[in-house]
Amino acid sequence: MGRFHHHADGTVHVHDHDHDDHDHEHEHRDVGDHSGYETGALRVDVLEAILGENDHTAAANRRDLSERGIRAVNVMSSPGAGKTALLQAVLTRLDGAPRIGIVEGDIETPLDAERLAGLGAPVALVNTANGFGGECHLDASMVRSVLHDLPLDDLDVVVIENVGNLVCPAEFDVGEDARALVYSVTEGEDKPLKYPVMFRAADVVVVNKVDLLPHLDVDMAAFRANLEAVHPGAHVIEASAKTGIGVDAFCDWLVGR
Amino acid sequence: MHELSICHAISGIAARHAAGRPVARVCVDIGGLRQVVPPALVSCWEIAVQDTPLQGAVLDVNHIPAAIDCRTCGHHTVLEHPVFRCERCRGTDTTVAGGDELIITSLVLQEA
Repeated sequence: MGRFHHHADGTVHVHDHDHDDHDHEHEHRDVGDHSGYETGALRVDVLEAILGENDHTAAANRRDLSERGIRAVNVMSSPGAGKTALLQAVLTRLDGAPRIGIVEGDIETPLDAERLAGLGAPVALVNTANGFGGECHLDASMVRSVLHDLPLDDLDVVVIENVGNLVCPAEFDVGEDARALVYSVTEGEDKPLKYPVMFRAADVVVVNKVDLLPHLDVDMAAFRANLEAVHPGAHVIEASAKTGIGVDAFCDWLVGR
Repeated sequence: MHELSICHAISGIAARHAAGRPVARVCVDIGGLRQVVPPALVSCWEIAVQDTPLQGAVLDVNHIPAAIDCRTCGHHTVLEHPVFRCERCRGTDTTVAGGDELIITSLVLQEA
């Protein structure tokens, strides 16, 4: 993905780095004002995306999936927002058509994968605690490490259930075509302003647990206004995995109908 | 807390470009729309490069403010809050014009 880069003189470049695109390196003695840099030190221009390797692996995942006509969806949320319950409702509703496979990201346990087992969808589990410093999100290589454990040739949709976290997963492309954010009404109306990057990254915001609204003080109009501020025109589906409200609409979005 | 993962990515790229030469400084641009906390990044950097050839190299973080350009009136708005609305015409049809950066810009090598 291209990244904007701004210089102090106002010029802007977009860099689009492929993995093999490392041949534009420049070296020069510093001249002019580089306040804080060592006088006469040798500077090496790099201009490389820090997450370039992740983006490269994400592109490989995306290619493997798109070659088979598979739609890949990255489902993110805070812990306990109801991602797994919603997926259980989706799998029950769709009942095998289209065919869905799941990559399940979980920090330490197989509990979520066990909840999804038996609903007709193959599940590949990634326990992120295996990765040094990688406990809070899935990255593209973690997804790649289990992607081919799924019977990809027999699938139409791959759902990547990310680790519960509203910060880190938004930073890591895993090769998905679309991103869903599951937000539950118990989280309060201010969350879009506190986690704007995540709410902006979402192609759909599923507002889950709406069956609880009569019992809560949460101001849904304020939530909608906050969401509109950080992500104008955001697509919202109000849902309840428990009562089934909105599950059909989420199914349609998930499978790309 | 993904700053440590990001520091490992930075050190990998920096080591490749340094090609064995001693590094005094690694310069990165971090945009305001990236959920990276500069002080946390610097703390993690010291952990990430401990006992590696990059130990002692300073991580120089250049923060790039979030900004949008209005597609309706063309106005450039620097964002102090995450409200994606043109400050001039109040329009919401905007493009991000800054803050998305997460790049290594350069290395400064130690003088021989």
